[in-house]
Amino acid sequence: MVELSAKSPCAGLLPMTIGSVSVAEVDLGRLTSIAPYKGRATEAADAFKVAHGLAYPAANRATGKDGCRALWFGRDMILLAGPPPDLTLAGTAALTDQSDAWASVTVTGERAEEVLARLVPIDLRAAHFKRGHTARTLIMHMNGAITRVGADSFLILVFRAMAGTLVHDLKQAMEAVAARG
Amino acid sequence: MRLTCPICGERDRREFYYQGDAVALDRPARDADVSAWDDYVHLRDNPSGLRRELWHHEAGCGSWLVVDRNTSTHEVHAVALVEAQG
Amino acid sequence: MRIDGKGLVDRSKKLRFQLDEIGYSAFEGDTVASALLAAGQRLMGRSFKYHRPRGVLSAGSEEPNALVTIGQGASQEPNVRATTQEVYDGLRARSQNAWPSLKTDVMAVNDLAWPFLGAGFYYKTFMWPRAFWERLYEPVIRRAAGLGGLSGAHNPDTYEKAYAFCDLLVIGAGPTGLMAALTAGRAGADVLLVDEDSRMGGRLNAETYIVDGMPGSDWATEAVAELRSMENVRLMTRTTLVGAYDHGTYAALERVSNHLPAPEEGAALETFWRIVAKRAILAAGALERPIAFENNDRPGIMTAGAVRAYLNRWGVSPGQRVAVFGNNDDAHRTAVDLIEAGVEVAALIDSRPDAELKGHAFPTYAGGMVTGSAGRLGLKRITVKSDGITEELEVDCLAMSGGWNPTVHVTCHMNGRPTWREDIASFVPTPGSVPGLEAAGACNGDFSTAACLAAGAQAAKSALKELGLKVPRGAVPDAEGSPYRLSPLWAVPGKGRAWLDFQNDVTVKDVRQAATENFRSVEHMKRYTTQGMATDQGKNSNVAALALLADATGRGIPETGTTTFRPPFTPVSLAAFGAGAQGEGFAPRRLTTSHPISVAMGAPMIEAGLWYRPSYFPKPGETHWRQSCDREVGYVRNAVGICDVSTLGKIDIQGPGAAALLDSVYTNTFSTLKVGRVRYGLMLREDGYVMDDGTTARLGEQHYVMTTTTAAAGSVMRHLEFVHQVLRPDLDVRFTSVTEQWAQFAVAGPKSRELLNDLLDDRIDNESWPFMACGPVSMAGVQGRLFRISFSGEHAYEVAVPARYGESLFKLLLARAEALGGGAYGMEALNVLRIEKGHITHAEIHGRTTAFDIGFARMVSAKKDCIGQAMAAREGLVDPDRERLVGLKPVGAVKELTAGAHLFERDAAATRENDQGYVTSVGFSPTLGHFIALGFVKRGPERMGETLRLVDHLRGIETEVEICSPVFVDPEGGRTRG
Repeated sequence: MVELSAKSPCAGLLPMTIGSVSVAEVDLGRLTSIAPYKGRATEAADAFKVAHGLAYPAANRATGKDGCRALWFGRDMILLAGPPPDLTLAGTAALTDQSDAWASVTVTGERAEEVLARLVPIDLRAAHFKRGHTARTLIMHMNGAITRVGADSFLILVFRAMAGTLVHDLKQAMEAVAARG
Repeated sequence: MRLTCPICGERDRREFYYQGDAVALDRPARDADVSAWDDYVHLRDNPSGLRRELWHHEAGCGSWLVVDRNTSTHEVHAVALVEAQG
Repeated sequence: MRIDGKGLVDRSKKLRFQLDEIGYSAFEGDTVASALLAAGQRLMGRSFKYHRPRGVLSAGSEEPNALVTIGQGASQEPNVRATTQEVYDGLRARSQNAWPSLKTDVMAVNDLAWPFLGAGFYYKTFMWPRAFWERLYEPVIRRAAGLGGLSGAHNPDTYEKAYAFCDLLVIGAGPTGLMAALTAGRAGADVLLVDEDSRMGGRLNAETYIVDGMPGSDWATEAVAELRSMENVRLMTRTTLVGAYDHGTYAALERVSNHLPAPEEGAALETFWRIVAKRAILAAGALERPIAFENNDRPGIMTAGAVRAYLNRWGVSPGQRVAVFGNNDDAHRTAVDLIEAGVEVAALIDSRPDAELKGHAFPTYAGGMVTGSAGRLGLKRITVKSDGITEELEVDCLAMSGGWNPTVHVTCHMNGRPTWREDIASFVPTPGSVPGLEAAGACNGDFSTAACLAAGAQAAKSALKELGLKVPRGAVPDAEGSPYRLSPLWAVPGKGRAWLDFQNDVTVKDVRQAATENFRSVEHMKRYTTQGMATDQGKNSNVAALALLADATGRGIPETGTTTFRPPFTPVSLAAFGAGAQGEGFAPRRLTTSHPISVAMGAPMIEAGLWYRPSYFPKPGETHWRQSCDREVGYVRNAVGICDVSTLGKIDIQGPGAAALLDSVYTNTFSTLKVGRVRYGLMLREDGYVMDDGTTARLGEQHYVMTTTTAAAGSVMRHLEFVHQVLRPDLDVRFTSVTEQWAQFAVAGPKSRELLNDLLDDRIDNESWPFMACGPVSMAGVQGRLFRISFSGEHAYEVAVPARYGESLFKLLLARAEALGGGAYGMEALNVLRIEKGHITHAEIHGRTTAFDIGFARMVSAKKDCIGQAMAAREGLVDPDRERLVGLKPVGAVKELTAGAHLFERDAAATRENDQGYVTSVGFSPTLGHFIALGFVKRGPERMGETLRLVDHLRGIETEVEICSPVFVDPEGGRTRG
């Protein structure tokens, strides 16, 4: 009898804490990209709300909470994180399983903004990037998604295969921030 | 340099991929004259001043954008989604 | 000498440091320059070209002379300005460009040869023999002239980059900047205040002004304290704004740890900031200009403002007996400050005959000039000419002031040109030069403290208005408002050498010579004389030089124009520009799920795009990669081989328009592909050349998954977005990359099905999974996908599982393969296998080949339009004479073939004119026992059996090859379908 064992993208790399900032891998559950077909965005958004009980996020916004979250994920696309997608959506939107495609980490701590200011070319200060805001942008050299999930907590997604580089880049920035006292 | 993506807002240039002249929007018909295809694929003006360009918000939402930009002053006059070009 | 009761240094904190192994003491708050002056050490460096002894000219970042090397060993930092380097305990500095010592520098012999070494000397003298320039002249000249050197070792220091955003950026924290920040901060604006100094306050710390009833430095301290208390205001000290760029982007260099004995563990030495600001106020102040007169460069001669700075900020008098020489009222306060501090003032010399010099307790000379100086290693004497009488004065310090130049540099970074203002004999910024930036205060030509405070408040108010914030009312503090009066004096008439650019040793004579030799344009003069081309970029000297050029060419200064000020404002180390880009920071590493196992097996990894793939898997006893490669090829040809192919791009395509989109981007048709089947596809660029290839599987009626080559995955994705959004918006289709979702492995070889049937929950056979079939499978309950496709030409599959199971599946596949006499194969074996089968990669579709060239002309369907179809039909792209894909095999004894070699007819000379084609891919085929190659040959397919000469000029290889079919193994394809 064969058996396949699962390994998470950041296995052996996280958690880490440097100074007041911590990075931890987070299991978001099932990840599904939902891309409504042409002219069916409203229909898909309504169906999504009925099926999953949370609002279909507008551009650059995230809805839901830990366990069931929806992140705007780019042009004509959101990412449902948590439950499997309701299959009634299948006719109105392209559904694609992305559960294994992303390394997901949270960066938490009083100085998390300072750490990310070394890696992300957008203004992540609380007054401009509030809880529930999300962005597709760069994390150092990597395309990714970044979402504020708490007062001092960010969720970052990059391609799974780049988990090591994400941890490397975060570590360097965290060390520099911590050393500034 | 910064561009204001109609979807994502104002972003740093490094998030964008530069394609070139927006002439790429006007693809000739399949059976168009060879010179029309030559114009489309190869021939480009190199004006100092106003230009229409195509950029791709590759590290952002993934949209292809039409950017009206002045190459002399570096002013960006407009950024629009290609589909808004009609 | 230190003056009691003066200065802002902390006299309770004593520090020790060294210059050239000699110990000095300092107080906290001292710079290397202020501490050396306090110790009476005026000599601090040797000049670039003539090795003239030099001391400080200034007290700031514009310093041209006092450059030292800080630190030792790998992290030593050359060319650090002693005027900005803060002393820390144990600091070790070395002087530069002097040997054997600063006091006795043998190269000072250059100074005796000065009549020959003027502008253009090198150009005129070292013209021939030509070859001597690189081998002899330049190395010798470079050794003689120069700045400090790098250690040559790897720089161990940490540098970093960071982003900052604000509504209002205030550049400079003198009276203007502080007032602007206070005004905007009190109004609640999001303010970022940057200042290059360690202590904010600018000239307020260097003068004895009273502001708001208190000493200016106290007012600055209070202002900074108030700003620090505001949550909406951020202050950055030791941060120089070095550049202004498009759309509110600015660059700044923060010196984080240069003032510390050792950086904290992990801390950056410097941070390169990229700041985005909606509005900016430039409050950069002004730089004082020297006056050119004979031997105006001796240690002890410095700007008047520098003397006041050393006195008032650091409590140091740069001399015991000081003379002041100026052309403006501002210079007078130097003499007053010195007298009040108890320092002897030998004379106040003002070049203006009508200067008001009454009521002073020291000798004054209205209409006087300093015409020369004496003192080899430090100033001893000056010559003063006044009312026709020449007098010698014994002084050890001369404070000079030719007026002030507004620090306009940043306003010129976007090609702005400053405007000449006759009344202050200076350039001022042209409004609008940098969109969103307003210059205010001294950098805008307002020199009094009161004017600066008012300008700062006013600039803040207009910025607030533009930001849509409420503009507060509020009074500006009282301060001195003395008018700035001067009469231009660029150079004192005389014959000897009068220095303009101290760092590059440019004299008044050099500028005049340039004009005489017709280098009349300011840009030509600059390059001919090297005026302003040193690390200080002529901050002290450019305006005087062009005034003299204007005079020599009989033009006005505005007509003569300025040279261009470009970023950076002050030097920035390359390490800061490149921060974070070393090692893993250079580019992300994309690692497959099987990576840890490959590494554990000793496989050398090779980069493919950002991915890392195993080259081969060495076994004990194998001493050469070819042995491993041959063995791995054998696995696939004879048993079963396993290879991680997850790096190939995978794009999930869904929707009613999916089939039509694929028909648009591929030359062949995908709308006719049956569900559960895979097809090879060829993609062209719009110019008709091949872009990429790969297989696409139809998983459902409206659902495809496309594979791309590893390296082209990103560009193909971009291309699909382009075709969809720009050319075919009518199609209702959605796509997303699923490259990372799936771990995919090739299982190739005659025993591949046997292996898979051991793992799959449901067995497969040739009926259920014929060649080019695909579909869902399950393994140990895990849902995966199986594709029967082959890159090796063997009976082969690719099996995909969600990436979390990748490592586990790879282990299982390896164990099973080894049990069947096979094992893992790497990129080298994969390459040999595909060459044996005549399959192409980007070595063949390298951007200059067409579908016709690779023998796929028939794949360009005429039944539909596709990208590149129209252009691919051009006559020149289907010319039979084109270089076309062929196989090549050695003739006679087995010799090495090399990729990149060119092909010629047997008896033709190996020259470009005779070129028949070239070799693209080469491998040793263990299956055939000799080298095989793919290449392109003119009319290749028509020349089967012909022998050609293969010549690799680069590697010195020459051999004969025979043109053959590119498919070396199993041309009928029986194995693939088996």
